[in-house]
Amino acid sequence: MELIRNFPCLSIFMAMLSAIISSALKGNGARRLNTFVVTAVGVMSACVLYLTCTTGESYVYKMGHFPAPIGNEIRFGSLEAGMALFFCVIMLFSLNGGRKKIQIEIDPGKENLYYIMVDLLLSSLLALVYTNDLFTAYVFVEINTIAACGLIMIMESGRAIEAATRYMIMSLLGSGLFLIGLCMLYDMTGHLLMSYIQISVREIAESGTYMIPLLVTIALIVVGLAIKSALFPFHAWLPDAYGYSTVSSAAMLSSLVSKGYIFLLIKIIYRVIGFDIFVNSKIINVLFVFGLAGMIMGSMSAIRENDIRRMISYSSVAQIGYIYMGFGLGTTVGMVASVFHILSHAATKSLLFVSGVGLTDVSGEKTQFIELTGAAYRNVAAGLAFTVGSLSMVGIPLFSGFISKLLFSQAAVQSNIKMLPTLIALAVSTVLNAIYFMKTVIRIYTPIESKYPSVSIKKNRLYAFTLLCFVMLNVALGMCSQPITDWITQGLSVFA
Amino acid sequence: MGEHLLANYAEVVAVILFGIGFTNLLLQKNMIKKIIGLNIMDTAVYLFLAEKGYIAGHIPPLIVGENFNPDTYINPVPSGLVLTGIVVSVSVTALMLSLTIRLYRRYHTLDLDEISMRLKKEGL
Repeated sequence: MELIRNFPCLSIFMAMLSAIISSALKGNGARRLNTFVVTAVGVMSACVLYLTCTTGESYVYKMGHFPAPIGNEIRFGSLEAGMALFFCVIMLFSLNGGRKKIQIEIDPGKENLYYIMVDLLLSSLLALVYTNDLFTAYVFVEINTIAACGLIMIMESGRAIEAATRYMIMSLLGSGLFLIGLCMLYDMTGHLLMSYIQISVREIAESGTYMIPLLVTIALIVVGLAIKSALFPFHAWLPDAYGYSTVSSAAMLSSLVSKGYIFLLIKIIYRVIGFDIFVNSKIINVLFVFGLAGMIMGSMSAIRENDIRRMISYSSVAQIGYIYMGFGLGTTVGMVASVFHILSHAATKSLLFVSGVGLTDVSGEKTQFIELTGAAYRNVAAGLAFTVGSLSMVGIPLFSGFISKLLFSQAAVQSNIKMLPTLIALAVSTVLNAIYFMKTVIRIYTPIESKYPSVSIKKNRLYAFTLLCFVMLNVALGMCSQPITDWITQGLSVFA
Repeated sequence: MGEHLLANYAEVVAVILFGIGFTNLLLQKNMIKKIIGLNIMDTAVYLFLAEKGYIAGHIPPLIVGENFNPDTYINPVPSGLVLTGIVVSVSVTALMLSLTIRLYRRYHTLDLDEISMRLKKEGL
């Protein structure tokens, strides 16, 4: 048991070290090392999850030689460990699902660079999940941004480079706001460790002396992270970045990178600012309104889109809106629903991206809808998986999307003024989701004499197996929702 | 209000500089001007931190011989944060510049909007 406490620190270092070693390896070696590291980190996170779930506590791990108020710390409870495990699983599946495309689309000499970026992404995600120090979080936010930029621009087409540039600009604006916010917070509280900041923030809130600076600081940090995770008005970079990168990158960007920032935001809400102070600030109403707007506008843009990859990307904007709407409700139930939706959306969106690429492959690499007609008959596995993902996004029972919509509605009913707008937006968004996803499913199941050859499952077993794993993960999230929500509730209770 | 602004003039300057950098990074069309904006923004944060770490009348946090009295030193933590921030900002600037070079070689312009227009026309 004592040994397991070292695992979070060890997994961050392992991911970083593997990135350094990969720079000296050839493509194949880097790929094997990456698979090994992701699996090993997943196993270690599972051990940590087991430890934290059995004891029900959260642990503090001292980094370096200086004790608490000055030094650096890692802190982990069941929510952090479970999230790390989930990120590893999604990363492994996304990489396996897009393995062939990576080999085709990336220059053979540059394949190891891709895996370096993936390793760095993993290490920064783990650090964002586990760290207890605000400035360390900032540094790893930047590492995460740089790695994500590398994942987008690895294709080296003009479109990809332009998308990467736009992504970098928006991300840098976000991290600039986050940085000045945390400097102001440090100025007011004199601490960088999250738990100690919270004590000082409580004193400030009770004495009522620095209320306006405190509000400005919370706003700067929240807006900074909202820009980075593509909340509605700041989403302009997203469709290009997801639409023109290689499929594994798109799956990882949508289901891991933006979720890493949102998880950091949850951590800041609970551990740095304090949930009650955050709820009492006016910021949650802003988040609520933008979340609702994102749910509707993201889906509207997706309906107008004529490109399957960009349609799935715009759907991400809507789903991020759901998560922020859950924050905006300002109740613990709303938070639980948001955390569940992080899991549900990550599992579903990466499934949609990976299965979508199977459909476009049997349509002459074209992403326009007209070319996709009947694609589900030419690639049966991808067609079935895409249908499952669509049904989950729309919110059909049995799949994970249903549970998150159910949790959101339950949370909405518990709040007074926000109940009606939430329920209306959920209903409208569900109908809009159904319009564009069902349109696509009907399109791919329309039989047609096609000029494109079909692909059998036996030809690409790894791809079919990955899709099966994704579908099973989705169904598992939908069927065993009670233990998962219990785990999230327990994790959030020891989070602060 | 007015005397607070005058007493904390360094913080006021830092925040104004941050605003200038932020708007430049957001609104300029030219990539190089955007990167300059990014650097102004980051430097403004360092000015803010350096000002906050300084305590008037105290000396640099260096231990000379046996004389060790923490009360006479300035706060060393913000200086450490500034150093870390500079490292981050340098790497991000290098990445942005390399992206700019890539775009310039391909499209012979630094105007991001024009590049987007051309990409749309190509329909790629």
